[in-house]
This record gives sequence, structure tokens and C-alpha cells, in this order.
Amino acid sequence: MALWLYVARRLAVLVPTLFFVSVLIFSLQQLLPGDAAVALAGEENDPAAVAAIRARYRLDQPVPVQYGLWLGRVLAGDFGESLRNRIPVRELLASKLPVTVELALCSMLIALVIGIPTGILSATRKGTLVDVVANFFALSGLSVPHFWLGIMLILLFAVRLGWLPASGYVPPWEDLRQNLTTILLPSVVLGTGVAGVIMRHTRSAMLQTLGADYVRTARAKSVPERLVVLKHALRNALIPIITLGAIEFGRLLSGAVLTEQVFAIPGFGKLLVDGVFNRDYAVVQAVVLVSASLYVLLNLGADVLYFLANPRLRGTT
Amino acid sequence: MSPAAALGAPAVTATRRYKAARQLARRPAAMAALAVVLGFIVVALAAPRLAPYDPNAIDYRALRKAPSAAHRLGTDEVGRDVLSRLLWGARASLLAGVVPVTLAVALSVPLGLLSGSVGGWVDGLIMRVNDAMLSIPFLIVAIALAAFLGPGLGNAMIAIGIAALPTFVRLVRGTVLAIKTEEYVEAAQALGCSRPRVAVRHILPNTLPPLFVQVSITVAAAIIAEASLSFLGLGQQPPAPSWGSMLNAAQRYLSPAPWMALYPGLMIFGIVMALNVLGDGLRDVLDPRHQ
Repeated sequence: MALWLYVARRLAVLVPTLFFVSVLIFSLQQLLPGDAAVALAGEENDPAAVAAIRARYRLDQPVPVQYGLWLGRVLAGDFGESLRNRIPVRELLASKLPVTVELALCSMLIALVIGIPTGILSATRKGTLVDVVANFFALSGLSVPHFWLGIMLILLFAVRLGWLPASGYVPPWEDLRQNLTTILLPSVVLGTGVAGVIMRHTRSAMLQTLGADYVRTARAKSVPERLVVLKHALRNALIPIITLGAIEFGRLLSGAVLTEQVFAIPGFGKLLVDGVFNRDYAVVQAVVLVSASLYVLLNLGADVLYFLANPRLRGTT
Repeated sequence: MSPAAALGAPAVTATRRYKAARQLARRPAAMAALAVVLGFIVVALAAPRLAPYDPNAIDYRALRKAPSAAHRLGTDEVGRDVLSRLLWGARASLLAGVVPVTLAVALSVPLGLLSGSVGGWVDGLIMRVNDAMLSIPFLIVAIALAAFLGPGLGNAMIAIGIAALPTFVRLVRGTVLAIKTEEYVEAAQALGCSRPRVAVRHILPNTLPPLFVQVSITVAAAIIAEASLSFLGLGQQPPAPSWGSMLNAAQRYLSPAPWMALYPGLMIFGIVMALNVLGDGLRDVLDPRHQ
């Protein structure tokens, strides 16, 4: 199957998925207790503000009409205005997204640097103490509540040792060194969880490829073990890990909510939480919608990568 | 043997169940994890007997006292006993682990069975909505729902249950599709069993093994989700104790009272790790693909 056909097919499934995502997010508004206009106006309770919101969002119209109007605005890139500071939500999203992307990239780097080598080590030493310890750490990374790990790292490295700042964020274009010191702890926190996932997948993928015939052949030809592991086995084991990496990256973009909160990093997650507390529903809806869309697109990207990396798939329909 | 065949009709006979239990018993890690989970349940149930103090009793003479003989794990910012609050907090956490997952299973089993057995547009509609829900990350769904429903442990549990739903629907549907083509299902249909009877009597029991594995992993995720929501102030409301809300308060006193942050996190880590190890053990025993 040609690549374009594959992508076209996947996009065809994506459209209804995103349509239902938008329906779900719009219907959140219907969950608000009482009059939605009053709730959307926040704590001001100013009748003029309530009336303005009712008029702007056409809240007196039937729900399907309201949805259609909302979707039309969203598709045009108009997510409304933040109730708190009257800034268009679109601008807020544009200013917060790069921060979260940087955090996700740094976390992913840490996760790959830890996860892939430990996965390989664990697979090549299956059943030994190294394997047991590596598995224990992988599972710990998956089980530890990230926000607590963040608090503990702040306690150790900021409060006790004073090596790193406890919280805050400096953009890289202002001061790169400061930027890296502020982003290090949160990246470690997020990276450890993903490292656990990547380690476990690398291990099982490596175990599969290490048991494959071509690896046995390579060994029979007395190819050095190092080459067998790193060239023959790892190269094929990496295919599922690449796709997993793309999916996990999507998850990192939206999974940083509590970590950003703990480290006071002004990214997407903090925008969501602040939106929740300020009852800034337009912001909440926009963040959820954009997170879901990014997640879906990255999943598509993961599938395309898998398709490209796996020649066998191209033969199938 | 294909996974579907391995999950086939004879798979859930009493002998097979017994065999799975025996296999699980031979795994020391899984058994230790089971003991830890049972320990947490006992602690949650016996909290009123075990707790040395009233978890909400404020004592202004003992603000942020370090662990001592009187308060084994110290006191918090208003002088409440941290150990007592931890023991009582186990109730909120375990409840938040079990109730949402029960809710998710109760809704997803009929939906997944319907989707998988009926097929056609019903399946298409259920799966598209399901895909949409799956594409919004778990915690974001829970936070957004809890925000719109309003804060509170009850609403947090509903939010977590709904967030957990799509994974179960997909799992049940997938298993149903794999089992549907098995010979014994075709045989039951040939013998004139009605569609609902085939679904409930022949297909449903075989969806249970993968469901068990997913349950143990999701209970762990739900406990973390509740702690996260309570940490944000969207779950258990003060002064009722919950590990997440204890961590929220602890964050403001990291330097003078680090014990306030240490123990609630260790509790969450302990139960979640135990559930994940148990989940791994169950998967090894019940899911033939992992054997």
C-alpha cells in the first residue's frame, strides 16, 4: 500500500474522532450547575457581563445550534477570551505551548537515555540480578506519583542542597543556563516515568529479536556479541520503540499538568489548572481540545513512522 | 495456540481458574504485592481502631512537630496527627481506586459486548465515541470533568470512572471480537442459542481474564488520579483526610516539616507499586501472549 493511501485512510478515521472529541468538550459546558451564562461569567456576577456572555455564546439558542456556532468559531481559531485577563485564549495557548514542548522534549531525552540502555542490559542479562533490579526501577518509575517525586526532589536539591531552583521558569532566549537549571528537575520527574515504559518495551522487543533466527545465524557466523546485540537485534527492536516514543511524547505534552503545577512552570498544564480554579471555562475547553488534537496527530505520526520503518506492512492492504 | 483459542471456553473452567491461582502463588513478587494490597485494605477498614488520634483533631500546641513518641509520624500545620490522617486517608484512596473502576467495568462490559457482538453501525458509533474519549488523556479528562462537576470526592470518583471507561470498552470489544469466531461460539449459535444468551453465557466469561489484569492496573491509576485531583483541591475536601490533599498542604512546609510530604507519598507509591506488580503477575498467568 502506498504511503499516501495509508495516511489518507488514517485521516479519514481521524475526522470523526476529532468531531466526537469536540462534541464531548462542548458538552462539558452542559455539566455546569445552574445557568451556564452565570457560571461562565465567573465570580463577577455582573448582570451586564452575564448578558454579554449570553449574547456572545448565543446561550438562548438550542444546544445543537450553540454547538455549531462554537465549532465554527473554534475552527476559525477563535477560542474566546480568558475571563481572568481578557486575553484571547488563542494567544494564551500560543505562549504556553512552547514551554510544554520544551519540557516534553527534555523529559523524552532523559527517558530515552535511561530507558533504552537499561532495556538492552536487562534483556541481554535476562533472569540475573541486573534484570531484576532494572525491572524494579522501571516499575517504580511507573508507580511513583510524579507530583510527589517532584516535591521530594525539590526538598533534596533545592531546599536541602540548594543546587537548583525550587520552581519557576526562564525562557531559553533570555538565559539558556538558567533555563536548563529550571527545566532539569521537572524533566527528570517526567522522564523517569516514561523511562520505565521505554525500558520495559525495549526489554521485551530485544528479547524477541535476540531469539530470532537471523540473530542466531549472526552468532553462528561468530559475529562479536556486541555487534549482534547493538546492530542485529537492536535495529529491529527499535521499530516498536520509535512508535512508542511518539505516543509517549504526546502523553508528555498533556501529562505534565501536576509537574508544571509543582514546579510553577507556566506551560499548558498550569494553564489548565489555573483555568479550572479561575472557573475560566473557555481556557479549560481550549486546552483539552488542543491537547486531544495534538495527541491524536502524534498517534497518527507514530503509525506513519511504524509504517515507514516496517517494510512488511507496505505489502499488506 | 492463538490467544483467542487459549482464552476459549474450557479456559474458565474451575480447573483452569485453580491452575491460574496456583501459578500466581508460585510468583513471590506477585504474592508479596497481594499481601501489601490486603494490608492496605485491612488498614483502611481498621483505621478507627488503629489510628492513635482523631484524624481531624486540631492541636495548636503541637504545630508541625517532628516525629516523636507521642506522634510517631509527626504532626501537620494545624497540629493534626500525620499517622492518624494517613490511616484514615487510606479509605479515600482505596475507595477512589475501587469505585471508579467498578463504575467503568459496569458500564464497559455491556457496551463492549454490544459493540463486539452486534457490529455494524452500533459498533461504529460506540467505537468512534470511544476513540474520541481515548484521545483525551486520562488525567485531563478527570480534571476537566471534576472542574465542571465541582470539587468533591464523589465527583472526583465519577470523573475518574468516566476517564477509565474507554480503555475497558476497547478491551472488552477486542476480546469479544477474538472469541466470536471460536468454534464453541459457532456451535452454541448452531444449537439455536439466542444472541444475548451466546453473548452472556459463552462470550462474557472469557472476557474476564484480560479484564482482571486491566482492573488491577486501572485501580492503581485511579488511586494516583484521586491523589492528583485531591492535590489540586478537586478531590477530597478538607478537613477530611486524603493522601493527595495532605501532600498539597505539605508543599507549603517543605523546609520546616518535610515529614508532612514524605509519608503520604510513600503510601501512594506503596499501594500503586503493589497493584502494578500484581497486575504484571496476573498478566503473566492469565494472558497467554505473555507466557
